[in-house]
Amino acid sequence: MTPVPRLLEVRQNVLKHNDVVARALRERFRDAGVFVISLVSSPGSGKTAFLEKTLTLLQPRFRVAALVGDLATENDAVRLRRSQARVEQIVTGTVCHLDATMVEKALEGWDLHALDFLFIENVGNLVCPASYDLGEALRLVLLSVTEGEDKPLKYPTIFNGADIAIITKTDLAAAVEFDWVAANDNIQAVRPGMQVLSVSAKKGEGLHDWLRYLSTLCDRPL
Amino acid sequence: MHELSIALSIIEMAEEEIARQGNVQVTAIHLKLGRLSGVAREALLSSFEMACEGTVLQGSRLVIEDLPIIVYCPKCDAQRPINSVEWFLCPVCRTATPQIVQGKELQVAALEIAEALPA
Repeated sequence: MTPVPRLLEVRQNVLKHNDVVARALRERFRDAGVFVISLVSSPGSGKTAFLEKTLTLLQPRFRVAALVGDLATENDAVRLRRSQARVEQIVTGTVCHLDATMVEKALEGWDLHALDFLFIENVGNLVCPASYDLGEALRLVLLSVTEGEDKPLKYPTIFNGADIAIITKTDLAAAVEFDWVAANDNIQAVRPGMQVLSVSAKKGEGLHDWLRYLSTLCDRPL
Repeated sequence: MHELSIALSIIEMAEEEIARQGNVQVTAIHLKLGRLSGVAREALLSSFEMACEGTVLQGSRLVIEDLPIIVYCPKCDAQRPINSVEWFLCPVCRTATPQIVQGKELQVAALEIAEALPA
């Protein structure tokens, strides 16, 4: 007798485990009153410089901390600690993205009630981080002027999954003849209605608009 | 390249189901894959084959159903499929819309099981 194949319905999300952990984290963050922001971008687009400035500017008035993911080294954590904020490096080894369990593990023993803002800097990668919810309230995607205006069209999934786009290194825009209109059109094409801000972490341009946006969004006056 | 860890999750999920069902042999796994899932089909297929080796799923097939992106157009008050991930526009009235109805799926839909013969 040959075995008869039958179809067994499963209907389960492959990333169910990540989604469950992320949901629990989101609840924990909400209960503790901490606003959590994650950052995604390609390597070298200025996430760490942007975050260092943001932490430094928020630090006097708010209790801020950051988790930072990289395949190797503690370099970014060392840079970010200059802001005096609590910073934890997540070294992922060969893994190309952060997942909710890594965030949960990195936060073991933290008193989240003692924080107003927590930033999570993802591994520099415009592909894989798109699939993983980290429990954040706001996801930023960064695009530097040196990368080219068509990045959103090349990596639509990550831009579509983010809440706000930040164009970085604006001090170099003229030198690379950055086309602002094309960049904005491309962002709007893959994510209609997305808010776009621009900053230069080096010169400080745009940082106050970003902080004002953040403060309004989470209802914490600057 | 996170398809290998996705493949491992799929196998883990199937193994749990196999344990729940008793002595069954899975010959195929049916997966729904949205175009906005962030997972590459070809990379997932080869990762799956590699990750199956030495498990109870060795020799099984991964059957992928690609799901197009469907958006909700507020102007037409209708769900519309879109052909390009680069343009979130209603194909009928050209209204831009960020409301995604389908396309982010990464779901094990079903397992194909061959009933084991009595020993």
